[in-house]
Amino acid sequence: MRFIPVSCTERDEMLETVGARSVDALFDVIPPDVRLNRSLDIPGGMGELELAAHLEELAGRNRHSGNLVSFLGGCCYDHYVPAMVDAVLSKPEFFTAYIPYQPEVSQGTLQAIYEFQSMVCALTGMDVANASLYDGATAFVEGALMAARVTKRRSFVVAGTVHPEWRETLGTYCDAGSYELAECPASGGVLDLGVLDTMVGDGTAAVLVSSPNFYGNLENLVEAARIAHDVGALLVVSVNPILLGVLEAPATFGADVVVGEGQPLGNEMSYGGPGLGMFACRKEFLRAMPGRIVGRTTDVDGRPGFVLTMATREQHIRREKATSNICSNHALNALAAGVYLASVGSVGLKGIGEACIAKAHFLRERLLATGRFTASWETPFVNEFALRFDGDVAAMQTAMLERGFLAGLDLSRFNLADEGLVLFAVTEKRTRAQLECFIEEVASL
Amino acid sequence: MYPKNLKYDREHEWVRVEGDVAVLGISHFAQDQLGEVVYVDLPSAGDSVNAGESFGEIESVKSVSELFSPVTGEIIEVNEGLGDAPEAVNEDPYGEGWMVKVEMSDPTELDELMSVDEYKAFIAEEA
Amino acid sequence: MSERPVREPLTGRLIFEIGAPDARCVEPPIVDVPVPDFATVLGGQKRKAPPALPQVAEIDLARHYAHLAQANFGVDNGFYPLGSCTMKYNPKINEWACRLPGFAGTHPYQPIDTVQGTLELMWGLQEALAEVAGLPAVTLQPAAGAHGELTGLMCIRAYHAANGDPRKRVIIPDSAHGTNPATVTMCGYEVTTVPSNERGGVDLEALMAALDTDVAALMLTNPNTLGLFDENILAITDAIHAVGALAYCDGANMNAIMGKARPGDMGFDALHINLHKTFSTPHGGGGPGAGPVAVRDFLAPFLPGPLVVRLEDGTFGLETPEHSIGRMRSFNGNVGVLVRAYAYVRALGGEGLEEASEQAVLSANYLKERLKGAYSLPYDRTCMHEFVLSGKRQRKEFGVRTLDIAKRLLDYGYHPPTIYFPLIVEEAIMIEPTETEGKATLDRFAEVMLRIAEEAERDPDLLHGAPYDTPVRRLDEVRAVKNLDVAWSPKEA
Repeated sequence: MRFIPVSCTERDEMLETVGARSVDALFDVIPPDVRLNRSLDIPGGMGELELAAHLEELAGRNRHSGNLVSFLGGCCYDHYVPAMVDAVLSKPEFFTAYIPYQPEVSQGTLQAIYEFQSMVCALTGMDVANASLYDGATAFVEGALMAARVTKRRSFVVAGTVHPEWRETLGTYCDAGSYELAECPASGGVLDLGVLDTMVGDGTAAVLVSSPNFYGNLENLVEAARIAHDVGALLVVSVNPILLGVLEAPATFGADVVVGEGQPLGNEMSYGGPGLGMFACRKEFLRAMPGRIVGRTTDVDGRPGFVLTMATREQHIRREKATSNICSNHALNALAAGVYLASVGSVGLKGIGEACIAKAHFLRERLLATGRFTASWETPFVNEFALRFDGDVAAMQTAMLERGFLAGLDLSRFNLADEGLVLFAVTEKRTRAQLECFIEEVASL
Repeated sequence: MYPKNLKYDREHEWVRVEGDVAVLGISHFAQDQLGEVVYVDLPSAGDSVNAGESFGEIESVKSVSELFSPVTGEIIEVNEGLGDAPEAVNEDPYGEGWMVKVEMSDPTELDELMSVDEYKAFIAEEA
Repeated sequence: MSERPVREPLTGRLIFEIGAPDARCVEPPIVDVPVPDFATVLGGQKRKAPPALPQVAEIDLARHYAHLAQANFGVDNGFYPLGSCTMKYNPKINEWACRLPGFAGTHPYQPIDTVQGTLELMWGLQEALAEVAGLPAVTLQPAAGAHGELTGLMCIRAYHAANGDPRKRVIIPDSAHGTNPATVTMCGYEVTTVPSNERGGVDLEALMAALDTDVAALMLTNPNTLGLFDENILAITDAIHAVGALAYCDGANMNAIMGKARPGDMGFDALHINLHKTFSTPHGGGGPGAGPVAVRDFLAPFLPGPLVVRLEDGTFGLETPEHSIGRMRSFNGNVGVLVRAYAYVRALGGEGLEEASEQAVLSANYLKERLKGAYSLPYDRTCMHEFVLSGKRQRKEFGVRTLDIAKRLLDYGYHPPTIYFPLIVEEAIMIEPTETEGKATLDRFAEVMLRIAEEAERDPDLLHGAPYDTPVRRLDEVRAVKNLDVAWSPKEA
């Protein structure tokens, strides 16, 4: 049988030791009225050759970044992944291990996480980072929940310019936990700070923003921080980490908690998951943080080593009073991010960020020049931008798909008021030739 | 290991009575069970506390325990020294390891507590 | 006599401490468009000081991670009987499959007709999980077991709310995983803990006493964390339903019962399944996993969207249920993990899954029989896929703790079992061999465990000092908390 190395003879020997007449007899401890007295109706039993062919056939029915030129973003991006990343991720010592409960034989995982935490701190300017959460959306939620613990308040104000799925996720958690959630509207592609000022109060635990925001625009974080801090609330900022070689660290602007979707850092898109929830904050909130944290220490012989630390915050110890219920996190995705950042280095990260931003600005300018698109605002943006198309967006996208392009994200799918807006993301992978071809084709529609 | 002049409760706290004030800490037995104490979370002076209710938490590397007050009253002083040196709870549980001072509103609550001999018998049973 | 050469340690030297400012692994990309003035286009948010990331040559990077890997231990390195975590072998075909560009290179907002292969795969997995669970509706959204618990409990909460019957409490047995009570709190409920009985199951009398119309749900792991199947399961779920509450099953231990018994048939209304346990996806050094949730019909309208549906024309689409609690995350689930689980399901099929559970249970019972003389066995019954020993005799008689036994196992090249869990067993040693280990491996492990029991008796200090032969030895966890160092800072350079 597949993946079971015990032979029939060995199984009989084992049964004899156990004193059972058959394997099925071991299941007599299950009351007969809940036993399933038939086989599971699940097809399979495929040999590896047939299975591989079946999986290739399924994968072959998808179109993907290898045969499409993609301008899709919205917190999941088609960036280049250096060969080093998968070489490390494919090492079974990493991917077939679990939570490093036994530090003596888990130093590889532990040190890699410590290095990841250090890199997240370096990017964001925060003091401490955890070992990862599931994705950007859940990290965003955990930022809000931590702010509630720290401030002992129960209401949040979230910017309407945050990714719609993240706002929805925050709403789901707030409903269940009975937190108040209000949404501050956008104005000109960014958060309306004047309105924000009127929405916060002494019950506000956190102001939650994203910069760049869902439209690719940069928010005024200094002002958002002032508004939050004036009422004793925390500022939770979501970032796109791949841009932090170019963009100032959010700590500089007064962020208290920085979260982000780490997929751009060496993780495949994989239809949206697994991503990587990044979470960093100021030192004084350490005891309120969710998730695992690795610390550096020494062993009995004085050698440096790493352990899971501050574990009394977590569910396996503090149970119903834990800072979060998270157990399994996205450690392998954090490893990918660490290998990615070490591969590109500070110089490379800056270069990648600059390439994305330069190409996005080039594309936007040229698309506007076609006369088929109009801008709804002029405000600083980075690797993504939204423009209004002067025709049927769906028809344009279908036509461009036939020409091999994923022509951006139709924002009407999120029921935003901005019907007709298309969000274009440009990564360093897009060449000038691809951009020019796209511009030419879309102009000719 | 168990000073005679103190009173003890079933949650392994000790009480030293100084007039209307009760000084609270945890016993040698409790600190030994916990292992090395790495953090003590205490209330602020001015907070009130009720007998039988939690007034703080004490942590070792892999455990968290609540601290229960055997008396009702107002916290008038907190051992700030435990912030930097929580190990005092292990090294000197009845001295430097004290936790809070409570101005008692009902000193008769002390009658419920155990004498040292009663406490020794109690922990012998628990072990 | 010459001095013994000292080998450079595998770990400890940080990536930040190797390399040089001009070292490169990957060169920055060429920018073939006009470069804007970044200070202007970024509206004053241009970074002044670069982040302190390493600059390392490719070969040094390759060796750094090779060394870290050498200091690690995974299922491919040796036996990993970590109870409650189902550390079964992770088939190589799974890893190959999830990396196929058609799966790995798809964007979550691609047009539906360009991702039919992925959607069919997800739909097939939903169907298979529903069949294993005995519950008809499945969401693949949750990213992990705990995330699945929260999803399931939120659906239950929404169901009660829709009935105009909000409730306050969730009942959990004292043997539960810590994620259960933590989830209850996040869902805005209070925890009521019920004790276990002398046979390791739920204490029925205590359960009855805790039940009233304030109870929203029971969360129960069955088989439970002692590796025991609760014989009273139908009485338990009946009692829960009798007060209008629902029964949630923590499916962490599904590896014991595939094709043998289904949570839906036990009276559970909702269940999560850990794909990284039962369905062979790798644990990744802590994750990512996936925690799909299966529910009864009447909970299906509350599931988080999107779900994969098969349309009348045979194609596949995404839909969000009518009364959905809302999203639990971004996008469509941990699809890279789902691909691996699907590959496993198709490799085994229904019969293969049943055989996996059969062997998992036989192997656990076999090891239990071999070890129960040397260690205490608090619940001496036929176990399911795992069992819990107690090191209390070693502790009492020789002053050797379960932690010492675990550390000694490292010297013999084994990953230790789960220790000190469940909390209701003193000095607990929780062993889960899984079906993917051969008899020879189980025999060698049993012999080592017996030898360690002898060592504990003969030379307790040997165990107190263990491990001796690992990349590092016991670490100072107190120091880690007191002199907290959780991030390298460039000041150290």
